[in-house]
Amino acid sequence: MNDNHSDDGLGRREFLVGGAVIVVAACAGSQARREGTGPSAPGEPIEIMLLVNGERRALRVDPRTTLLDLLRENLGLTGTKKGCDMGQCGACTVLADGVRIDSCLALAAQYDGRSITTIEGLIKDGTLHPAQEAFLQEDAFQCGYCTPGQILSCIGFLHEGGGATEMEIREGMSGNICRCGAYPNIVSAVRSLRGRA
Amino acid sequence: MRQIAYQRAGSVDEAVQAAAQPEAAFLAGGTSLVDLMKLEVLNPARVVDVTRLDLSRIEPRADGIRLGATATNSAVAAHPEVKRRFPALSQALLSGASPQLRNVATVAGNLMQRTRCAYYRDLATRCNKRSPGAGCDAIEGWTRMHAILGGSEQCIALHPSDMCVALAALEATIHVRGQRGERDIPFGDFHLLPGDHPEREFALEPGELVTWVFVPATAAAARSRYVKVRDRISYAFALASCATALEVANGRIRVARMALGGVGTKPWRSLEAERMLVGATPRAETFRRAADVALRDARPRRDNAFKVELAKRTMIRALTLSAEGA
Repeated sequence: MNDNHSDDGLGRREFLVGGAVIVVAACAGSQARREGTGPSAPGEPIEIMLLVNGERRALRVDPRTTLLDLLRENLGLTGTKKGCDMGQCGACTVLADGVRIDSCLALAAQYDGRSITTIEGLIKDGTLHPAQEAFLQEDAFQCGYCTPGQILSCIGFLHEGGGATEMEIREGMSGNICRCGAYPNIVSAVRSLRGRA
Repeated sequence: MRQIAYQRAGSVDEAVQAAAQPEAAFLAGGTSLVDLMKLEVLNPARVVDVTRLDLSRIEPRADGIRLGATATNSAVAAHPEVKRRFPALSQALLSGASPQLRNVATVAGNLMQRTRCAYYRDLATRCNKRSPGAGCDAIEGWTRMHAILGGSEQCIALHPSDMCVALAALEATIHVRGQRGERDIPFGDFHLLPGDHPEREFALEPGELVTWVFVPATAAAARSRYVKVRDRISYAFALASCATALEVANGRIRVARMALGGVGTKPWRSLEAERMLVGATPRAETFRRAADVALRDARPRRDNAFKVELAKRTMIRALTLSAEGA
């Protein structure tokens, strides 16, 4: 979506992070804003504010920017992965106000004022989140590319009160594809968290 | 994706006004629209975000339930009154997409869900739905996932929704608001057959916004069932599906409603099959005869002849389960 290419020796990510992001520490209003925005011209950048892993981030973005691209390219939070980029693989799963979503099909503008949790936000004071621990304990990954999405999806599944049988866990985690096929251990990790996370 | 203007509607009136402009589209969960915008299949110049409008309520009433246009698929599927009074609707929703998608996909978005026809989604092919008059590469192409009912010489794109199949059988009504006021659209009239104009998909005027869907409560609805057959056990579109709602009294079917998914260019209701069922004894032979009638006009293509028998068996299975519960 972003066709920014830099010829001045800066990498694409550095360019975007350095040039396009305005991080404002103190920005009023963490609650989702209900009021409307006026019409803008096509392509005109819009200003939004998101609470990302507890930090307020004010940004000026192209309205086409997906939440996934905003996290990865504008904020440098590359733990959230881009797999299919069409809502089929779940590698881009994040929590929006605690609810798991595919960030690749979400326009960032729609999440103005809302709270987003990515894999980078799970660690607290140097301690891994129980879901991260469970994935390590159960060896629930191979190449690791789908793992951030799997872990966020697992947390979302548990918040939703998902069931504990293998079938219920497999169904509940069906939005996350693992091409290495680590499913048996992913099921074990999710099951080990029932009643804990 | 092409350049867009983004506007967040502050009121329903503002949304309707904004969307009446040329090349505008309502945006809710984004699971269809953003996907198709990335592919440049749909290219609105302006998206009107309706997710912050007060349209997400699920309101049970004595005579039915009102589902707000932006209520999420997850919220509707999990609602205790939906599960109790309209089980097929909850079952259909839970059989569709993935948890992440259901958490943002909405009632109205699901009504407006576009076909998954691979040719529609691929700009390198000809598609009458995408580019009116361009031709159709699907008809002579790979048709395993295409419609066997309701197609035309211009389009055989399959309607992909599960929710809509349940709502068709439950005889829902769609309430819309436009610049000229509000109106109700019976569910069966909302989706258009492709005919000579496959690009016209919905009975909506420009700028009209779906505000809620009403599902009437009946004894049959309370025992409704949704059965879906697919290539894998989860997160796949239907090869065939069927929603049924039966009321049985004194060993005879008193009320019969059914709709098929995975086979039609729109959610497929067979009024003739329903009429055959009324007054009959609920048993396998009755259901088989009704299924034969429902699929009588099926026109399979090269790769989807299997759907005719699969749809019949799916329908028989759903009717059997409904009758057992009735």
